[in-house]
Amino acid sequence: MSEDRTSEAQEPLDVLRLTGAKARGKRPYFFDDPDVERVLAITMAVAGELAVLRQRLDTIEELLETRGAVTRADIEAFEPDPAHAERRGRWYQEYLARILRIVQQESEALDRGDEPTSEEAGARLGKE
Amino acid sequence: MLPETTHDQAERYNFLSHLNRHLAARVLPGVERAYRNEVAPRFQARRGREPADRHEARRALEGHSLYRTWSALRRNTMEMRQQAGLSVVLPQLPALVERARRTVPAGKLQLNDAVRTPRYLTAVDHHCMPGSYYAERVARDVSGAANYDSGLFVTTGGLLGRFADGGGHGMVAFVRKLRPGFAPRRILDLGCGLGHNVLPVAAAFPDARVTAVDVAAPMLRYGAARAASLGVGNVEFVQADATDLGQFEDASFDWVQSIMFLHETSLAALRRIMGESRRLVAPGGLVTHVEQPRYGVAMPFFEQAMRDWDALYNNEPFWTKLHEIDLDGLLVAAGFDRECLIHAGVYAIADNGGFPDAESEDVEDYGRKPAWRISGAQVPA
Repeated sequence: MSEDRTSEAQEPLDVLRLTGAKARGKRPYFFDDPDVERVLAITMAVAGELAVLRQRLDTIEELLETRGAVTRADIEAFEPDPAHAERRGRWYQEYLARILRIVQQESEALDRGDEPTSEEAGARLGKE
Repeated sequence: MLPETTHDQAERYNFLSHLNRHLAARVLPGVERAYRNEVAPRFQARRGREPADRHEARRALEGHSLYRTWSALRRNTMEMRQQAGLSVVLPQLPALVERARRTVPAGKLQLNDAVRTPRYLTAVDHHCMPGSYYAERVARDVSGAANYDSGLFVTTGGLLGRFADGGGHGMVAFVRKLRPGFAPRRILDLGCGLGHNVLPVAAAFPDARVTAVDVAAPMLRYGAARAASLGVGNVEFVQADATDLGQFEDASFDWVQSIMFLHETSLAALRRIMGESRRLVAPGGLVTHVEQPRYGVAMPFFEQAMRDWDALYNNEPFWTKLHEIDLDGLLVAAGFDRECLIHAGVYAIADNGGFPDAESEDVEDYGRKPAWRISGAQVPA
């Protein structure tokens, strides 16, 4: 038993590479075409970064409105009050509902049975 | 001990929390309807019968594009969470390592280089955490634990409380009800990780000497420092393998417990863990192992298939197998009397200031809701 092993001289970490490192274990792909899954993953990563940017803008607007000026340190120290945090939470839900709209609509289609396309409806209307 | 987050790093976590919530509340109900309206009827039409088990139900689901979409989004969210956490932790790692080293009180951390990382951890990285619990990226590393702690609420949505210790609080409430006046002098926690759940147990029994064991040194270094920083002084963090605890004498603990540990082991390990539980518990003592509820005959195959998702696609490889194992049988085989076995459910009790707790939360996210079962035994005096 030892309290801890002694420290050795260290190479600096390659932080950028390590933060995105692959976990051990073969990655599952759910779509038939892995290219589709790759594009989905990239799209969601971009959606995440856009959300971060939007919330940073919201922080800046709040600071400007309440203090009339803003510094980077103010942004880092900013904590929304509970009512503001709830507004930001609601914005996330609205934002995600917009981004994933097609998923919602495909889900709703499950309860609609066999709906006609507009072309099919038009053909029928032309005969009525 | 929590790593510091910048404004944008905190928002990356918030985005992922809300994405997980959206997937559970808005997308998952569609998957259930897809199964009911399309997947199950097609299976019936093609095969002339219903799915015979959860594996057939899952394979049928995998053909549906909504299940594929939900799964692809969920897997990707797990991967994004890991990247987000490591991008918080790694740039400040030297400071975290130093803080942990300075904070751990003398004697509260016992590491042992001879402990090997078991195969059940090395086969795949659990929860898609690159490096799992045990990677040593730098000397005296705490990065895996800091990453785990920093982003845990993203996956659990606050259901475990702000200190992620709802399981521990739930166990304390259970034991106080089962055994009013129980005053254990020695408590052993197996597979403690960074000690989220053992701290409420230790705080509830301040006169007990608590030993928390795990194989992963980074978790123990961080956990010992975190316990000290939260003012819990009666836990020692010991690097040891729960399948082989020869350094402790027979009957040396009044309470042997684990919380959400068994599903990250293996069948062979499980047998030995039950054996060690029996050997180490003192006469009149208590053994409790908290785990996921077993898939009962009443649980529809759809729900079983969904609960298997984390096992198959979020690198919890033993999770689904554990549901097929008769834990009572293993306890009896380990030497516990069948009439002394404990069967009970337990909910996490979340101290969270604002988040809904598990009992009142109505969003089902199969397997992530902290409603568990206890397997164990009360040993005669």
